[in-house]
Amino acid sequence: MESARRVDYLNVDYGVRSWLLTTDHKRIALLYLVSITIMFMIGGLSAVAIRLELLTPAGDLLQADNYNKLFTMHGVVMVFFFLIPSIPAVLGNFLLPLMIGARDVAFPRLNLLSWYVFVTGGLVTLFGMITGGADTGWTFYTPYSTAAATTKVIPVALGVFINGFSSILTGLNFIVTIHTLRAPGLRWFRLPLFVWTHYATSIIFILGTPVIAITLALVGLERGFHIGIFDPALGGDPVLFQHLFWFYSHPAVYIMILPSMGVISELVTCFARKKLYGYTVVAGASFAIAFLGFLVWGHHMFTSSQTILSGLIFSFLSMAVAIPSAVKVFNWTATLYRGSIAWSAPMLYALGFIGLFTIGGLTGIMLASTGLDVHVHDTYFIVAHFHYIMVGGAIMGYLGGLHYWWPKITGRMYPEPLARIAGLIVFLGFNLTFFPQFVLGYLGMPRRYHAYPEEFQVLNVFSTAGASVLGVGYLLPLLYFTWSLRYGERAPANPWGATGLEWQTSSPPPTENFAVTPVVTQDAYDYHEAAAPVSEVLVRG
Amino acid sequence: MKRLAFFPEQASTMAGQVDGLFFFLLGVTAFFSLLIAGLIVTFMIRFRRRPGTWPSERSEPTHSLEGSFFLETFWSVVPFGITLIAYFWGASIYAALYIPPENALQINVVGKQWMWKFQHLEGRQEIDELHIPTGRAVRLLMASEDVIHSFYVPAFRTKMDAVPGRYTSLWFEATKPGEYPLYCAEYCGTLHSGMIGRVIALEPTEFEAWLAGIEPGAGRLPVAALGERVYQAQGCPTCHEPRGDSARGPSLAGLAGTAVPLTGGGTVTADDNYLRESIVTPQAKLVAGYPPIMPTYQGLVNEQELMQLIAYIKSLAPARAAAEKR
Repeated sequence: MESARRVDYLNVDYGVRSWLLTTDHKRIALLYLVSITIMFMIGGLSAVAIRLELLTPAGDLLQADNYNKLFTMHGVVMVFFFLIPSIPAVLGNFLLPLMIGARDVAFPRLNLLSWYVFVTGGLVTLFGMITGGADTGWTFYTPYSTAAATTKVIPVALGVFINGFSSILTGLNFIVTIHTLRAPGLRWFRLPLFVWTHYATSIIFILGTPVIAITLALVGLERGFHIGIFDPALGGDPVLFQHLFWFYSHPAVYIMILPSMGVISELVTCFARKKLYGYTVVAGASFAIAFLGFLVWGHHMFTSSQTILSGLIFSFLSMAVAIPSAVKVFNWTATLYRGSIAWSAPMLYALGFIGLFTIGGLTGIMLASTGLDVHVHDTYFIVAHFHYIMVGGAIMGYLGGLHYWWPKITGRMYPEPLARIAGLIVFLGFNLTFFPQFVLGYLGMPRRYHAYPEEFQVLNVFSTAGASVLGVGYLLPLLYFTWSLRYGERAPANPWGATGLEWQTSSPPPTENFAVTPVVTQDAYDYHEAAAPVSEVLVRG
Repeated sequence: MKRLAFFPEQASTMAGQVDGLFFFLLGVTAFFSLLIAGLIVTFMIRFRRRPGTWPSERSEPTHSLEGSFFLETFWSVVPFGITLIAYFWGASIYAALYIPPENALQINVVGKQWMWKFQHLEGRQEIDELHIPTGRAVRLLMASEDVIHSFYVPAFRTKMDAVPGRYTSLWFEATKPGEYPLYCAEYCGTLHSGMIGRVIALEPTEFEAWLAGIEPGAGRLPVAALGERVYQAQGCPTCHEPRGDSARGPSLAGLAGTAVPLTGGGTVTADDNYLRESIVTPQAKLVAGYPPIMPTYQGLVNEQELMQLIAYIKSLAPARAAAEKR
């Protein structure tokens, strides 16, 4: 309480302009946090409607067209406007400069621009959703999207197109920042894994995003001006669209999961008080995943009429991704060995992540195995698999990270016991929602079905019940995080006794991050000396 | 509620093989998931932080463990080995699923929003129901009238997209009589979830009887005979003599399955997709020695008529085609 008058990045100015025109990476991170939370709620509400409709076999709650628009909205909003920006744009923006001892990112105004681009894209897509919605699914498959759909495909796709530029700007900013603004002594192999995974993610942002932008522009040209590219009636090739779409959208999965892997590496080391087992291997594995991710898009197309040979090549390359992923899981697990493990909320999320990611990854091997994929492709097995990766993986990592850095971001502690309970509810609710979908998929229930045969009902009821538990698990953090802003205990600079540079400055940090540029003398995660400081930093306040 | 099912029926020659691979990978998944979960829970309990040192004080130092080259190699090589098994096992099933046996019984399929149309070569037509014989390989020649659909029979463990603008094909052999659900697996618009039907597998003798049975409605002709009608109606004989070359277009007799020399060099095998393309976009691959004068028939003949035309062209075959193959 005594230090309440200390000036930090939050209380330095309260004006609306000071937020909307800020170039402070920490404030921009918060702008992103609020925006993507709104997007998460929109995507979440459409999921609620989907699960309610699927409670009964008949398509009775919603009309077929509205159901189709809702799952499109769920996919588009969650993938492009929540999952892809989530960790990089919020935690990455906030933490990268802090973690490398910099004052800000390399291009602060570009950083603010990226948020405006994101908001513009989001508003355009939402405009399309509100004025009629699109019913193509988030995958925009042709020729349905260009020739058959009668819905607002263009505004929805245009919003995604615009949003892509915010990803590119963020990726560019991160790469330049990591290269040029590291503190003295912070050599490459002293960087926290969080920084490494954001570097790898940024490469995908820059190389992959232009392809989805071009692809969606082509969809717009064909739909609006009948320029034949994908529609065979205009001389186009519909399967070409799938190649282009997945060339970005498969790596996009790694945009979601790699930053999460970075978060997990921070959490596991801090709460086990251990150096990350196999640091260089885990860093290298991140780049292996980013690189291989660009070579596997064809595994979405094993039943699309691509040649058997292409199928087999893509299958082989997809299998290769399993190896760096498995290596990471083993290394995290090995890090726990002989640690001093605290069962705190962020750690519970991290351990939950490892378990769910393992299941998601292993079922990924099933899907990469061509002969098996033919049966389960486009069924609920796929839906279950990618939710294990995107929700069980990416969102668990995001929530774990949000808890871990909440004291740094807001200067307040969240209520720990409640957070642990919420974490358990999320874990249980998630499994109850999505595990039955594996069974449904193997039984043969196709995805994107508004109505379904009766024999699938019992498992769908489990899934809907699980979704309501999961919903509670997501609402709780929303409530107690908000509560903590006013009533939470004030956070010390380093509540977890963690080693990263971000913990060497006050909570919340001052606008300039560090009063004196820190000098790094030790490797990341040096948890093995009782009270050794990581840097000779003088913290203001 | 019909019944609580946890595993789909096996009703094709491939179903057991796909399930075999599935159970292997399920075992792998269960083993590693339980291994990791078990290790995590064990470590969580065994190495839990002692009370009183959490949250804000540093506890006693832990032991630093350096990464071990042996371990890192070990847990890279083991997944590599498993993925190799998954790859080769999957690949052999994939090839078996998608390479039809010789002499499979052909049935034509056209998907359109939101129904499946089937035509047996002997002439019988069905919608959303497909009768097939057991114990015989059936090959579907599939087209789509509008958007992408996907023909999926879970009991047969196989599916294939029906893609507009080209032919795709799928084969299976039912092992026992019964009715098996048929789904459209690729999202295709409003009534995607209503684009369902059933495959009815009959004993061969019953199937023959069904095939010869009286169809309600119009009388029926074999597909090739229907194709001849389209051939006449569209004026094809003006340029394509059924039995010999004319100055304006190559002969169609014995064309199917042969290697066709192209303008500008090279050859192409006159398979279903080539014949289709040559009717819809004739300029795409022009036969050597003929002028590019054929107009497109896109929009003039629908997918069913195209399939009928091709069946007719194939019926014009035998002697010469067989001779050229040697």
